Amino acid sequence: MVKYLAKRIFYIILTLFIVATVTFFLMKIMPGTPFANQQKLPPAQQAQLAAQYGLNKPVWEQYLLYLVGLLHGNFGVSYQFSNQPVSYLIGSRIWVSIQLGAEAMVVGVLLGLIIGAIGAIRAGSWVDTSATIVSILGVSIPSFVLAVLLQVYIGLDTRILPIAGWGGFEYTILPMLALAAQPLAETARFMRTEMVDVLNSDYIELAKAKGLSKYGVIYHHALRNSLIPIVTIVGPLAVNIMTGSMVVENIFSIPGIGDQFVKSIMTNDYPTIMGLTIVYCLMLCVVLLITDILYGIIDPRIRITDSK
Amino acid sequence: MADNSKQFSADDFDLLNQNDRSKLDDEKIAAPSLTFLQDSWRRLRKNKAAMIALVLLVILFVLSFGSGLLPLSPYNYQYSNYTNLPPKIPGIDINGFNGTIMQGGVRVNAYVQNHVPSNVYFLLGTDGLGRDLFARILYGTRISLTIAVVASFFDLAFGVVYGIISGWIGGRTDTIMQRIIEILLSIPNLVVMILFLVVLKPGLLPIILAIALTSWINMARLVRAETLELKEQEFVLAARTLGESSFKIAFKHLLPNLSSIIIINLMFTIPGAIFFEAFLAWIGIGVPSPAASLGTLISDGQKNFQFLPYQMWYPALVLVIIMLAFNILGDGLRDAFDPRSRR
Amino acid sequence: MENKDDVLEVRNLKINFKTYAGDVKAIRDVSFDLKKGETLAIVGESGSGKTVTTRSIMGLLANNAVVAGGKIEFHDQNLLKLGRKQMDGIRGRDIAEIFQDPMTSLDPTMKICRQIAEPLIIHKGMKREKAMAQALEMMKLVGIEDAEHRINNYPHQFSGGMRQRIVIAIALVNRPEILIADEPTTALDVTIQAQILRLMKELQEKINTSIIFITHDLGVVAGMADRVAVMYAGKIVEYGTVDEIFYNPKHPYTWGLLSSMPTLDTKSETLPSIPGTPPDLLDPPKGDAFAARNKYALKIDTEKQPPFFKVSPTHYAATWLLDPKAPKVTPPEQIIERQKHFAQLTKKTQKQNLNKHINEQEEQL
Repeated sequence: MVKYLAKRIFYIILTLFIVATVTFFLMKIMPGTPFANQQKLPPAQQAQLAAQYGLNKPVWEQYLLYLVGLLHGNFGVSYQFSNQPVSYLIGSRIWVSIQLGAEAMVVGVLLGLIIGAIGAIRAGSWVDTSATIVSILGVSIPSFVLAVLLQVYIGLDTRILPIAGWGGFEYTILPMLALAAQPLAETARFMRTEMVDVLNSDYIELAKAKGLSKYGVIYHHALRNSLIPIVTIVGPLAVNIMTGSMVVENIFSIPGIGDQFVKSIMTNDYPTIMGLTIVYCLMLCVVLLITDILYGIIDPRIRITDSK
Repeated sequence: MADNSKQFSADDFDLLNQNDRSKLDDEKIAAPSLTFLQDSWRRLRKNKAAMIALVLLVILFVLSFGSGLLPLSPYNYQYSNYTNLPPKIPGIDINGFNGTIMQGGVRVNAYVQNHVPSNVYFLLGTDGLGRDLFARILYGTRISLTIAVVASFFDLAFGVVYGIISGWIGGRTDTIMQRIIEILLSIPNLVVMILFLVVLKPGLLPIILAIALTSWINMARLVRAETLELKEQEFVLAARTLGESSFKIAFKHLLPNLSSIIIINLMFTIPGAIFFEAFLAWIGIGVPSPAASLGTLISDGQKNFQFLPYQMWYPALVLVIIMLAFNILGDGLRDAFDPRSRR
Repeated sequence: MENKDDVLEVRNLKINFKTYAGDVKAIRDVSFDLKKGETLAIVGESGSGKTVTTRSIMGLLANNAVVAGGKIEFHDQNLLKLGRKQMDGIRGRDIAEIFQDPMTSLDPTMKICRQIAEPLIIHKGMKREKAMAQALEMMKLVGIEDAEHRINNYPHQFSGGMRQRIVIAIALVNRPEILIADEPTTALDVTIQAQILRLMKELQEKINTSIIFITHDLGVVAGMADRVAVMYAGKIVEYGTVDEIFYNPKHPYTWGLLSSMPTLDTKSETLPSIPGTPPDLLDPPKGDAFAARNKYALKIDTEKQPPFFKVSPTHYAATWLLDPKAPKVTPPEQIIERQKHFAQLTKKTQKQNLNKHINEQEEQL
């Protein structure tokens, strides 16, 4: 187990190193200077700015400095929010995104599991059909469309919930719904297929032959066996939520890293883009690691052994 | 127990000769035997939702790619006097299609207000620059579909080749190729696309490349898994013992058997690509103006959504219909190709 | 019940499956009895309806199956008429089943002691502790070594043969009156097959259960069954005691099955097989379903289905060849050998009976 963990962590560090390197050199080959979209500056002042940000040094030196900085949690200084360290920008916003993302994940996965399970149990009935329609709609409506619809038709028209900003729990409801729709739909589809498979398996037949009632079979045998593989889609769902958060946070004016990422793209704020890229990768790596370990714990067939 | 109620003549108890017996077999009406594709097509045809999706997609493809033949104003022509006109379809007097719109809580006829001649109308209205939205949506659909389909074929080509190589060669090559995929999987693909576009400046080709660059992984994994399974099967072994070259086996025996899984995955890759294209456009790195895709149209429409809802509703509707149709068709194809996965 | 020795009586069972192409008549008028403590083997090719028959007894037919007629009597109730709840109460308590593939028939995520104890908890309302203790006893009974240490293991930690033992333990833990074994050894290695069969025989004596043994392998039947029913295309074509079926078969299909089974005295180099394939049950033939593959088919076979002809009080066969008007045919060589053997066998038993009779008389004197 320790060996497995060490190996995984090594891969995470390797991944982050590759990502950092690639983003760094991508940003270096960008045409134009980072200050182009600010007011026209005289060349002397530009040179001074370049020196201030260390842009006059050779590229390899900048690269080494950048890597050393990363090790200390230093992502450099934002070009746009002058003198604000990128790590501060991210640090002050990341918890907002994590809270919103976690809420959306929990709500989406839970509702998705319920809808998927009901669909599988009543396979072929109208309940199944409507569950399928809900999940296909959920997959097909982009989060930015859903977010705008929710904001205008629920937020503005009913005025029950706040339509923008960040405050108490009520501020999270609409953006959370917009974010949760896709995970919900994906989970429901996955759960339905898994459970239909399980319900057709031999061991369910044996459970029925034991004399378990229909719901006994589902509760004692079908549910657990179809729930376990759900862990494998948590990673992709996390990606989904990260992607969605960029637009949803933007639409609902939520001060999270997704909103920051979009703003940085618009303003060519390279250090922030690079920093956020690394943070997104790190978050995904951690989620994947946790789910893999979790999978090993809950599925007796998979024991993480050192031989792997 | 013997039931001898009806007496038969002694003649009935003669032995049946060979010919009569084989006739018995011929007369047997069996279910028609179908090839794999015929059988899949029969199953697909029985799936009403998938057939509707297929028809919708055909209509959308024909309309958007044949829009040049329709008597429409060009997508980028600006009627500078006719900005923000709501939809008007002559002969229909339903709010939303009669040229009226709510302004400050009062329904007014925007066409009368703007002194538009009665023979001029816009089926889906105009945008803030006075461009015909119907023409723009058709054009945007064409761009979106082009990007999605081309990107998907790129990723198909790359993903399939990568998957086959990794699965077929196996051993250390496979291990290394899988490690690469594992690393790529732990990078959110949208981040990669965005970085790529920030560097390359948005345009049709960079967007296609950016999407293809990130979405082949899924295809590669599926194809590899299937290849590993097929590799062990007897028909491949038979081909090997007959001395066929590895390359030939891969193309003659593997590819046909992989086709269903590739087609199904393609059906799910395309809506994914459409979504990514719209997403990139929405955050401002889509095809540059005056060209338009569904994503840029939605993004433009969203700014005035509260007052001119039709400007976002229609492109969004088309986008959702395309995504729905591909998803439903993909589901239908999966069920048709793999009867085991059916309920 | 027509006969008080019977635990189960199946009468005129007809089952259809609805498919896109029409109704598949999977079971076409099947009747048989199961006597207390006996083993009845049902033999036939795949698709002959063996499994569907047992599924209907268990009340576990697929959703598209329709019972078109007949009844299944058990303890003076018709199982086909019982509600879902009542059927749940019988399944696993009075009638249990063992499935074909032990690799897939155990829940992969549940500890095996729990799986064995489950029927006790459901039907006897036993407390967990007590049920677990009994499950452990059962594990020892079916011959799982080191059972105490293995009760908390999961199915994947056992070999195929061990898993089938666990499945048997689950089926027998409530000491059911009827055990249905649906090809219980087909998925196992030949050496393991014999062990499992021996185990089933032993346990049958210990808990006095009746077994319906489904198989396509006549070799397995010989050592296992008391009586045999041969099924073809959704019908029983011949039934009798194991000796009668093996050594004095009357139906050409049974001849075919027996000839295609290798024996130690098989002389010829090729093993005979039955030509052709079973008929399409979407549209079953009007006459004898086997006629098209039958070298001995009569004209009447194309017109009318043969009734059962009595061969002995325990032996019936549905073939027109047994009609007095039918021509004499010579069965395959191998079958003639078998019939000779049977004649000797019956002579011997008759002599034995006679001796016994005389002895008894002498004792009485």
